[in-house]
Amino acid sequence: MSEEIKADKVMDLKGMPCPMPVVKVSKGIKEIQVGQVLEAVTTDPGALADFPAWARTSGNEIVKTEQGEGTIRFYIKRKV
Amino acid sequence: MEENTLKAQTSEETPESILKLKEVQQQIDEIKSKLEGLSKKVPENKLSMIVFSGDLDKILASFIIATGAGAMGMEVVMFFTFWGTSVLRDTSKQVGAKDLMGKMFGAMLPKGACSVKLSKMNMAGMGTKMMKSLMKKKNVASLKQMIEMAGELGVQIYVCEMTMDLMGFKREEMIDYPNISFCGVAKFLEEAMKSKVQLFI
Repeated sequence: MSEEIKADKVMDLKGMPCPMPVVKVSKGIKEIQVGQVLEAVTTDPGALADFPAWARTSGNEIVKTEQGEGTIRFYIKRKV
Repeated sequence: MEENTLKAQTSEETPESILKLKEVQQQIDEIKSKLEGLSKKVPENKLSMIVFSGDLDKILASFIIATGAGAMGMEVVMFFTFWGTSVLRDTSKQVGAKDLMGKMFGAMLPKGACSVKLSKMNMAGMGTKMMKSLMKKKNVASLKQMIEMAGELGVQIYVCEMTMDLMGFKREEMIDYPNISFCGVAKFLEEAMKSKVQLFI
């Protein structure tokens, strides 16, 4: 079993298409402290490319990506 | 005796070392000014966009890119010119004192984000209506919501002063937007020169 990641904040972004998931996450990440983890659940398949791109440019880190049935779950650590 | 020689030595070296220090200082200053020049040439993490089109699809694309860039931590500047300008008119605001041409343009051009049409498949408004209901069904944010979101993300909007004058639009009839101002081409070029990404839509 992989180790559990404890999220400090969870965001449900299901049903939201581009660009909402990235816009919401960029706001949400500011509501946690540096070093804390944000868990975001989306149904947007584009997010698989978008979230890593957003993380790279904004300087945050995606620590884990889980693909479920029709959903993608990201664990994002606030770095800046 | 020893003290004297020490003094003599230092006093002998002083003029020379001062000269050297001055040279070094000069070189540092030169490097500094060169670096300053270089740093001015490095583009900022900024996106500048010209929104020329007044079509719903193209304006939607502009705002999707603008809000996305804002979310990615970029500074965003949008310049509305020509047909794009009418999107920023507020339907609820009425202004008088327009001349005949101003009145005509005002009546013929779309007023506000709700009345812009698709560039293709408009089909006398049917296509646009269908697209809007489809967008709602698929949960895609409406243009009005996008503009609001852009405002929250700090997207700066500039409106072309010449277009305003040409089409007889008044500043008072523009939407309430947190960062809206009016300018000409030089302001856009200044921003574009500093931007990593420039787009014309």
